[in-house]
Amino acid sequence: MSASLSKNPFQGLGATIRHRLNQLLGPIALLGPAGIWLLLFLVLPTLLILDISLVPGFRPEDVGGSFGLGNYFQVFNPFDPSFDPVYLQVIWRSIYYATVSTVACLVLGFPVAYWLAIMAPRRWRNFLVVAFILPLWTSSLLRSYAWISILRPTGLLNTFITWLSGFIPGVDLPTQSWLYSSAAVFVGLTYNFLPYMVLILYASLEKLDISLLEAAADLGANPREVFWKVTVPQTLPGIAAGCLLVFITSMGDFVVPTLLGGASSMTISRLIYNQFLGITRNWGLGSALSMVLILAVSLAIALLLKYGDRDSVQET
Amino acid sequence: MSLLRRLNLPKTWQGWLTVALFGFMYGPIVVLGIYSFNDSRRYTSVWQGFSLRWYESLFQDARIFRALQDTLFVAIMAVAISSVLGTLMAIGLSKYYFPGKGVYRGVSYLPLIVPDISIAVATLVFLASMAIPLSIWTIVAAHMVFCLAYIAVVVSSRLGSLDPNLEEAALDLGATPTQALIKVLLPQLMPAIVAGCLLAFVLSIDDLLISSFTAGGGANPLPLEIFSRIRNGVKPDMNALSVLLILASGMIAALAEYLRYKSSTLER
Repeated sequence: MSASLSKNPFQGLGATIRHRLNQLLGPIALLGPAGIWLLLFLVLPTLLILDISLVPGFRPEDVGGSFGLGNYFQVFNPFDPSFDPVYLQVIWRSIYYATVSTVACLVLGFPVAYWLAIMAPRRWRNFLVVAFILPLWTSSLLRSYAWISILRPTGLLNTFITWLSGFIPGVDLPTQSWLYSSAAVFVGLTYNFLPYMVLILYASLEKLDISLLEAAADLGANPREVFWKVTVPQTLPGIAAGCLLVFITSMGDFVVPTLLGGASSMTISRLIYNQFLGITRNWGLGSALSMVLILAVSLAIALLLKYGDRDSVQET
Repeated sequence: MSLLRRLNLPKTWQGWLTVALFGFMYGPIVVLGIYSFNDSRRYTSVWQGFSLRWYESLFQDARIFRALQDTLFVAIMAVAISSVLGTLMAIGLSKYYFPGKGVYRGVSYLPLIVPDISIAVATLVFLASMAIPLSIWTIVAAHMVFCLAYIAVVVSSRLGSLDPNLEEAALDLGATPTQALIKVLLPQLMPAIVAGCLLAFVLSIDDLLISSFTAGGGANPLPLEIFSRIRNGVKPDMNALSVLLILASGMIAALAEYLRYKSSTLER
């Protein structure tokens, strides 16, 4: 475009302005509408949350209030010796759940991704990967509901265990509730986010140079050495990306801890939900907790961008 | 079974583990499916014979149908508007360089990573502070944020694999930029746009949190109805509904993945 401009030395001022305007018009027409939408419904709301989180005990019917760090001090107050860490415990529990399910996803997901990317017959590879991640696209609400029917006291798991214990003389296993426990939350989170992990690890392992594995084997490395010294270092960015993504999503998940965890397994997302839609209606505290969550996730995203395999995340 | 045999699966422990985890992923859904046909008055895991009674009671449930209507309205509206805005955004991002582009792109992808609860809370606070009454349209507006992001991501990845010469050739041959966009670029992007729309549609019909915060009393999408019913106890007609919904969204997602796969392998 600039080439055609310089070819015509007699171009008038009006034409230049029109040309400049056209250059501006393109980006505005293409990026403007979506930009305005994101500004209105994503950026501005997040700034409002930050604003409200700084008004101690803000409620929706409040008109205004004085600013202060009261909401944040309710979550964490290093200056107050009699500080009640009840909200900190919720945050730690969320981190704990997310960590355990991330590790479970990695341990279970790596061999599967490895098999799919390297050992599975080429013809079936794409089909199998899509088949494995397909449940990700169905409602996590309904898949958690499926686990309720398995884990509840009169559910399939207990029925099966009771039936099994009938064959062993002298053993009479009491029916127990698997539901509403930490274990149920772990199972639910792992079940929900395993496809993410497999997808990202698959994308990373697919790029692995097989000839390097063969070379290492030829040079005398045993399979274990090949795995730890060649495969893992090469896929480390993918592992980091998968772990961080699973961590972020399970940290902020609402459905699984609400449906599968009991009253004692309050997590940060449930707590935020209760502050906004529950009876307390303490929007100020809820906003502060939401800012803490956003901050934690931003930190994880920053780590992801620094150490993770961006391409494999892009492909998902 | 023939697939399993052709795969020669049981050779390595990784193969076995993959089989086991396929079972883990699909097992609960299959269990749900089987029990949705269980002929029992109350919900029990003891098999009492085949029956379609739960499907019958589901189809007579007017609340469910109203909820389904709301869900479909929101999903179709949000996806329809986002398909235009999201595609334009993806094209704009691939075409132009301007200061702040990185921030723009970053913000547009955020809804895919940031937890739903944060977006839901922020949207509610925004709507309340602007004194916008909650209705079905506020759900549409909120869903558009993640639909936009999703469609833009899928279209962007397709744009990256396109031949830029085709559009330039069209411009050289006298097409206006708008003509080049509509006649050359859009047809090439179509499979990706459709795939992005289908995936955004599935995300929208599954969304619980953002709808909960932006619905008010004006609308009651299906996930909200299901969530409140599940919390009040397990009922077998929910099994029937779950099976139908999982099948429907699974099929839409599979179609979308197929289109995405096709469009990425067509002409590289």
